[in-house]
Amino acid sequence: MQLILSYLIAGWSGFFVMAVELLGGRLLAPTFGSSIYVWGAIITVFMLALSIGYLAGGRLSMNAPSVRKLGLILIVAALTVLPLLLFAVPLLDAVANAIPDPRFGSLVGATVLFFIPTVFSGMISPYAVRLIVPDRSSSGRHAGQLYFVSTFGSAAGTLLTSFYLVLLMEVNHILLALMAISGVIGAAACLVRGEANAQ
Amino acid sequence: MRSSWQALLLLVAGLLAAQGASADNMKLLHSERSLYREVLVYETGDVRCICFTRFCRIGRQTCQDVKHPDRIVMNYPQMMLSSLFVKPEPKSVLIIGLGGGTIPRALHELAPEARIDVVEIDPAVVKVARRYFDLGDNSALNVIEADGRVQVKRALREQRSYDLIMLDAFDHEYIPEHLLTQEFLQEVKALLAPGGVLAANTFSSSRLYDHESTTYASVFPEFFNLKKENRVIIAANGPLPNADQLRANSQRFEKAFNSFGISANKLLPLFSRKQDWERGARILTDQYSPANLLNLGKN
Repeated sequence: MQLILSYLIAGWSGFFVMAVELLGGRLLAPTFGSSIYVWGAIITVFMLALSIGYLAGGRLSMNAPSVRKLGLILIVAALTVLPLLLFAVPLLDAVANAIPDPRFGSLVGATVLFFIPTVFSGMISPYAVRLIVPDRSSSGRHAGQLYFVSTFGSAAGTLLTSFYLVLLMEVNHILLALMAISGVIGAAACLVRGEANAQ
Repeated sequence: MRSSWQALLLLVAGLLAAQGASADNMKLLHSERSLYREVLVYETGDVRCICFTRFCRIGRQTCQDVKHPDRIVMNYPQMMLSSLFVKPEPKSVLIIGLGGGTIPRALHELAPEARIDVVEIDPAVVKVARRYFDLGDNSALNVIEADGRVQVKRALREQRSYDLIMLDAFDHEYIPEHLLTQEFLQEVKALLAPGGVLAANTFSSSRLYDHESTTYASVFPEFFNLKKENRVIIAANGPLPNADQLRANSQRFEKAFNSFGISANKLLPLFSRKQDWERGARILTDQYSPANLLNLGKN
């Protein structure tokens, strides 16, 4: 159960990050346009936040790791997306007012909106690796499997969001649905029965 | 699927062209890859065109008769310019999308006292327009290199207003989706002076036509809907003129339009107020703006 949940959380987190990233382009476009540099700013912020998340997640896994805590990280990552729904437009307007250059404006805007949730999302993968690896000799294989699941999730999140979801729903409704799914999976991990500590 | 059909069509067209002993005689004058696309200038006989696809495969952006640069050879700029029938003496004009500069150049002739701001996102297009479409150093035209929506917001912050705003930023290939939402149109309306006019050149077909229509109608309760190969929407920040006023205004321009090779009389019947769209189509907003997805599978 713990194993399945670890993979599920890693895969879903990959989906979640890429869906939010694509919708981020949507949120920034009215204020900064959708030029290549706006996308460059968004991708930069996501990559930077993920890299820091990896460090933090690896560090956190040293201290009594459990699938419950992994579920908790997923829930926190979802909750930190909430400000996007509530304040994205006034925040971006304020940034555009202060920084007229759309390159640095979009960089600062993307940082304000996406940095924190993406740091939490970045913590998931290394933390999950700690939960699934039973011994040193198979650690590479297990890490590979986890990367597969997580990056496959990212691919699915990218495709579904850009081809279908934006045609069906409003940006904020998609974000709410993503948060709800994170909440359900995270809660399931928190409720997992018995001693959930890793070996 | 679509691209494989295009490839097939291209192949067939290529074979036909080879058989026709290249009657087309299309000469490539200039090509460059910009931040956004490929910018190409072709000349066929006396007609020079700026295109964003090889061999102008899909849509020519702007064409000019080299021997008579004043003649307007395409339909849509004529339809856009007929917005002068609704707003005959604009003092200030904002044009979003430069292309080869046909519209700003003609507008400068037709309304010489107007201050004209042109927003163009692509510096390469500005360069090409200056070099190949004698936009030259026309000091009456103030060209701003920026995203259309970013510039509209900036102008609002600076509390500017315009008598005439022309939106010409779409093409057959791609619609900047943030320029086709209710919020954007509200910003444009706020930027219009009282009685000011918006003229938009759009490329909607199939499903998008309905969505575009309800989106415009949500901000401008009434507008003129001019249709030929393109669709031009002419809306006003205030009441629209009736048929008599429209005809009287068009007569003022009959002579001036003639010098561009345009007949004002032929444009007049295009002014339609008929609401020929599905009224229930979902309005496009910043939250819901899949314009390009809705425009897929067009006829």
